[in-house]
Amino acid sequence: MVRFILSKLLYLVPTFLGITVIAFSFVRILPGDPVLLMAGERGVSPERHAELTAQLGYDKPVVMQYFDFLGRLLQGDFGNSLVTKKPVLTEFLTLFPATVELGLCAIIIATLIGVPVGVLAAIRRGSWFDQISMTAALVGFSMPIFWWGLLLIILFSGILGWTPVSGRISLLYFFPNVTGFMLIDSLMSGQKGAFTSALSHLILPSVVLATIPLAVIARQTRSAMLEVMGEDYVRTARAKGMPPYRVIGVHALRNAMIPVITTIGLQIGVLMAGAILTETIFSWPGIGKWMIDSISRRDYPVVQSGLLLIAALVMVVNLLVDLTYGLINPRIRVK
Amino acid sequence: MTDTSQTNAPVKLSDAAIRRRMLTEFWFYFSQNRGAVVGLAVFALLVLIAVFAAVLAPHDPTTQYRDALLVPPVWQEGGSASYLLGTDAVGRDILSRLIFGAQYSLFIGIVVVSIALVGGIVIGLLAGFFGGWVDSVIMRVMDVILAFPSLLLALVLVAVLGPGLTNAMIAIAIVYQPHFARLTRAAVMSEMKREYVTAARVAGAGNIRLMFKTILPNCLAPLIVQATLSFSSAVLDSAALGFLGMGAQPPAPEWGTMLAEAREFILRAWWVVTFPGLAILISVLAINLMGDGLRDALDPKLKRS
Repeated sequence: MVRFILSKLLYLVPTFLGITVIAFSFVRILPGDPVLLMAGERGVSPERHAELTAQLGYDKPVVMQYFDFLGRLLQGDFGNSLVTKKPVLTEFLTLFPATVELGLCAIIIATLIGVPVGVLAAIRRGSWFDQISMTAALVGFSMPIFWWGLLLIILFSGILGWTPVSGRISLLYFFPNVTGFMLIDSLMSGQKGAFTSALSHLILPSVVLATIPLAVIARQTRSAMLEVMGEDYVRTARAKGMPPYRVIGVHALRNAMIPVITTIGLQIGVLMAGAILTETIFSWPGIGKWMIDSISRRDYPVVQSGLLLIAALVMVVNLLVDLTYGLINPRIRVK
Repeated sequence: MTDTSQTNAPVKLSDAAIRRRMLTEFWFYFSQNRGAVVGLAVFALLVLIAVFAAVLAPHDPTTQYRDALLVPPVWQEGGSASYLLGTDAVGRDILSRLIFGAQYSLFIGIVVVSIALVGGIVIGLLAGFFGGWVDSVIMRVMDVILAFPSLLLALVLVAVLGPGLTNAMIAIAIVYQPHFARLTRAAVMSEMKREYVTAARVAGAGNIRLMFKTILPNCLAPLIVQATLSFSSAVLDSAALGFLGMGAQPPAPEWGTMLAEAREFILRAWWVVTFPGLAILISVLAINLMGDGLRDALDPKLKRS
């Protein structure tokens, strides 16, 4: 197992370096002079221009600049935002919990609904439940979620008036930011109604974000279950006279879950892409909206480091998924 | 005499006849899947709409009728028969814009898939055929591209290249290309071990001929399935980029861009938001249904158990 983990870790090093090269070259391939670009429309005096060029290291050869960049990264220096002047890492860490809260809720919704639906569809293969749920899954899989979000806003906020349109919590409530998770913080603040307010803000965005993972998980669970149900050991268990719920729950489900867990883990990339759209629609103050805002504000240090941090994050989560996979499926480890 | 020898010998079919048989077999499996046939029909309809957009559309997609702002659809009170699905905030006919939007979506899908497919095939062939360090370097680069969430990387690429339809298509194609490269590589590596490849090599076929004429045609099935799925993702992602203001720019009647323009009216005029999204959903769904059918028909390993 240790060798397995080490080999996986070693594998990550070139990928991570590749990510840094892409993030680094991103600012370099922008047409024009980076200093002028950062200065914006006001422009800078020639002296200030030379000073800034030297300060930012743009007078050095490109390869040296890359190693400087890499060196600063390794020291945890991700640069400063051009707009707020604050360190990018600080901003990232402030907004990150909002995205995690949204993403976790989405993946919980997707798993809690998707797995049972997939299992039931597989057991009742060909039934109306199977047909309806798999059609729904295909629709969910094909859904433009930015439109889906707008539709839900029209229905639940516009017509029914049940949920707020944007933000994480009503402005009426104010409490210290302890964990960064609004649900937990509002509960700890003890203010009446704060938790309900946070929950009602969270529900629509997480449903929207959960849509595609839910469809993927349901489809994957169904096909994994169908495959496992045809295996010899399931037939043996049946032949032994084991009750159906034990055959399905113990013998089939546990083995079918191996690919499903990987699928769930791999949804993290889907979630990050979805978060960009969902957070934009619901004005959710997380990483996705931050990236979009920074792109439109041409805040390049934020875009550069944000891209890097998100990619690194996805990479680490994928590694964890790989390791879990190895843990629950010994066949992978040996290979 | 000659007659008997002809009947005894295995029937030698012409290439055209073989192709016809393969097509018949393909259609047999494809038509087993009812959803796939429906998807194909809807997709064909979409193509027709796109081709004959100028004939079908009742109005010009960019003409603004200043006396008919935010007119609701015809069946709702205040609706008008000349604007069947209503008008948007500057008085453009939504139905006409949707019809012309079909051109955009199909065009985007075709361009993105072509670039990604050709790039992916060449890269995957090189990696799979030569192996060794060529393979390692290429696949590590593909890993790096795949490490980024696709929409995010496409967004940043567009931000670098400048917002617009062409750049959006290039960005999406770059992001999709590794999937094709990986598939091609895997297929090539398993085909390389087959005897027919060795035979062709012994017969004196050069590398280029081996790669493109001997091996590639036998690797096409998974690539076709992936191409269909990428087509639908390309329609979705380009609409998302349009929605975020990074794809086709207004006043282009691209469905995602239409949604972006409609956002501020969602609580006042539901039709401005509903129809463009519905158009995206229906097209993507049709293509995905077709993709499922293609997979059933082309890939025996994945055939439904």
